[in-house]
Amino acid sequence: MTYDINLIFKIVGVGILVGAAHYILKNSGKEDYAFLATLGGLGIVLIWVIQLLGSFFEQVRSVFKLF
Amino acid sequence: MEIMQIVGIGIVAAVLAVTIRQNKPEIAAAVSIAAGIIIFFLVLGKIGAVIDVLKELANRANLNTIYLATILKIIAIAYIAEFGAQICRDAGEGALAVKIEFAAKILVLILAVPILAAVLQALIKLVP
Repeated sequence: MTYDINLIFKIVGVGILVGAAHYILKNSGKEDYAFLATLGGLGIVLIWVIQLLGSFFEQVRSVFKLF
Repeated sequence: MEIMQIVGIGIVAAVLAVTIRQNKPEIAAAVSIAAGIIIFFLVLGKIGAVIDVLKELANRANLNTIYLATILKIIAIAYIAEFGAQICRDAGEGALAVKIEFAAKILVLILAVPILAAVLQALIKLVP
């Protein structure tokens, strides 16, 4: 079993950080950089979630003995 | 008592997702996906134990293993499709969720057709 509760806290941390960066960059007039920050945070989070999803599918495959 | 762990993970993830949702709804969706997968991981081991018992019973009853494998495949499809559909519905994509469920129904139907054919064959043999 390779589950990790810390992943949830990591994702929320990235979310808060990206939200703060978005706010700061938007208020200082750099709208395009704010969008890029949001996109980068979303990419990082998506990579983690997709890795977790892949290991989850592998686990289901081995538990139900599919091939 | 794994239920305490699971409820704890669920409540913590729900509070964190609600906190994030007003600023970054897409990351809130990622939080709920991760929490769902972790909870699923916690119960997957128990499902494996139940499946082992089922397999042993089928062996003892001299059942053809193809039928049990088909049923297990159908159960796995149902679980995974339900999981994906719930996540889509959570993210506000109800139409996508309905389409996932539709695809799962068709895949289950395809898997069930050989069993149906076998039942019909037996019936035909019984009633000439």
